[in-house]
Amino acid sequence: MSAAAVATGRRRGVWRGRIFVALLLLSMAVGFLALGTLFFDVLRKGVAYVDPVLLTNPPSSDPDIAGARPAILATLYLGVLLILFTVPIGVGTAIYLEEYADRNRWYNRLLELNIQNLAAVPSIVYGILGLAFLVRGLGLGRVLLAGALILTLLVLPTVIIAAREAIRAVPGSIREGAYALGATQWQVISRQVLPAAIPGIATGSILALARAIGETAPLILIGALTYISFNPTVLGPFTALPVQIYNWTKLPDEKFKALAAAAIIVLLIMVLLLNAGAIWLRNRYQKRW
Amino acid sequence: MGIRPQSRVLLLVLAAGLLASATAACGRSDSSSDGTNAATNGGSSLSGRIEADGSSTVGPFVTAAAEDFQAQNSGVQVTVGISGTGGGFERFCAGETDLSDASRPIKEDEEVPVCQENGIDYTEFQVANDGIAVVTNKENDWATCLTVEQLAKIWGPDSKVDNWNQVDPSFPDQKLTLAGPGTDSGTFDFFTGVINGEEDASRTDYQATEDDNVTVQAVSGDKGGLGYFGLSYFEQNQDTLNDVEVDGGSGCVAPTSETVQDGSYTPLSRPLFVYVKNTSLQKPEVAAFMKYILDNQAQIAEKAAFVPMTDEQAQKAESDFTAATG
Repeated sequence: MSAAAVATGRRRGVWRGRIFVALLLLSMAVGFLALGTLFFDVLRKGVAYVDPVLLTNPPSSDPDIAGARPAILATLYLGVLLILFTVPIGVGTAIYLEEYADRNRWYNRLLELNIQNLAAVPSIVYGILGLAFLVRGLGLGRVLLAGALILTLLVLPTVIIAAREAIRAVPGSIREGAYALGATQWQVISRQVLPAAIPGIATGSILALARAIGETAPLILIGALTYISFNPTVLGPFTALPVQIYNWTKLPDEKFKALAAAAIIVLLIMVLLLNAGAIWLRNRYQKRW
Repeated sequence: MGIRPQSRVLLLVLAAGLLASATAACGRSDSSSDGTNAATNGGSSLSGRIEADGSSTVGPFVTAAAEDFQAQNSGVQVTVGISGTGGGFERFCAGETDLSDASRPIKEDEEVPVCQENGIDYTEFQVANDGIAVVTNKENDWATCLTVEQLAKIWGPDSKVDNWNQVDPSFPDQKLTLAGPGTDSGTFDFFTGVINGEEDASRTDYQATEDDNVTVQAVSGDKGGLGYFGLSYFEQNQDTLNDVEVDGGSGCVAPTSETVQDGSYTPLSRPLFVYVKNTSLQKPEVAAFMKYILDNQAQIAEKAAFVPMTDEQAQKAESDFTAATG
């Protein structure tokens, strides 16, 4: 190969590299611009309505005194219940699948396939399931607990998949080292694998939670209300922040659209804080090998 | 390049904090909003929970009533859902709710049998009036008045009309685009019933939506647009839409509170109802709430942008109440 040919090939490689970087920047810009536009639009419309009234008053037909206290509280309750339900079940399933299940057994493979498929089921379908099975079948009624259980089912696949990835990322040498020192399987998992996997599990769980508290469709189906002026209870009627936002956007008065934008800002702040929490947890427990 | 992980948390917290403080600085533009809604806690001894569900049109009326009622009766908790008139009756006849909000009377052939089967006896109360406004684009200067026949020609189930000059030869050559409520809506049931002569009979190639604000957008954004919805949506969007006068046989009448109330805006005026389960009406808190609605219907209607009942209608509702509560 002549020196000239090498130089041409090298130049071509440099150009290809530059085009590649440009394409990468472009793809990043798409997501960033979409988010930015949404963000500034909501901020512009809703900022004037984010005030103590919004946080402390119940909804009203008068936009000047309307707030979202019951909805905000219900969304917080839903979040707490969701963590309580999804983390133990999700992590438990993940540990079983990663550490105990024999992948040569057909039922374990079927289980895995199902979990992955469930992650793609539209949320409204979970709502229908909830209405038929929880609300009417079990006679739970249109209560907050039913909403939390439905959202749990909705995000469980995501949590399981994230937790499995985290557990799988723990190097095999750690397990083998522990076994070599005479640890039982329980000791290996509880003292070595799980602590090491906590950052990944926490990130996955909180991202799933952030998705769940933005859900509207299944909650509307199982009977989240339009108007509720008192604080929600676990076994009582409820609404949620996304449902409140949805209702406000449907009303004729322009002011309610501004209120909806304000409520979106509150929801955004809640999600941002959750994500910050996830990152903090991850960094706190992160281990490097 | 990379930001250290610790500072990423900081950044996020900062972002959330900034958002919060940026927004907290400027309060709601209207300063009358100190949250004192009505007389602080009238010392009534009533307590209990009242569940209402049904029409999204009537929902805001019952919500407005519930707010004021609860301000005077702090022990009573009223909840309102908007499953739609049909969805509301489904729950009502299953015995799940106390009140069912409806923008049309209960259906004799479909819904009444379900109620009977489940042993749900009920009483119907008219609570307000509503008009349906037919609206066009602000630039539409030709269709100021349409007859019921013309509307039927446009919206009929077999209609192929797609240009304004097919509606009336004097109208310009302008593409006609339609928007309106979808089939779950009581407004749709009512409009098709009185315009097309048969409930639910409508052409289907229009932009159907359960959100009337979408119809507002569709019509205000298209010169040849035509749509219909409840009068309150028109009143809120007068600067972007024209209303069409409707000729029901005795001349062109514009939709206003007055013409809806005195019945001259025909046939697109309708009564709005609340159905109450009779066993619930025996409970003092439900009876008190219903009484409150009927006694204050005019103020509630004004607050929630509805057309109040006429004296005659109000008297009938009061006597229905007396008969039902004995």
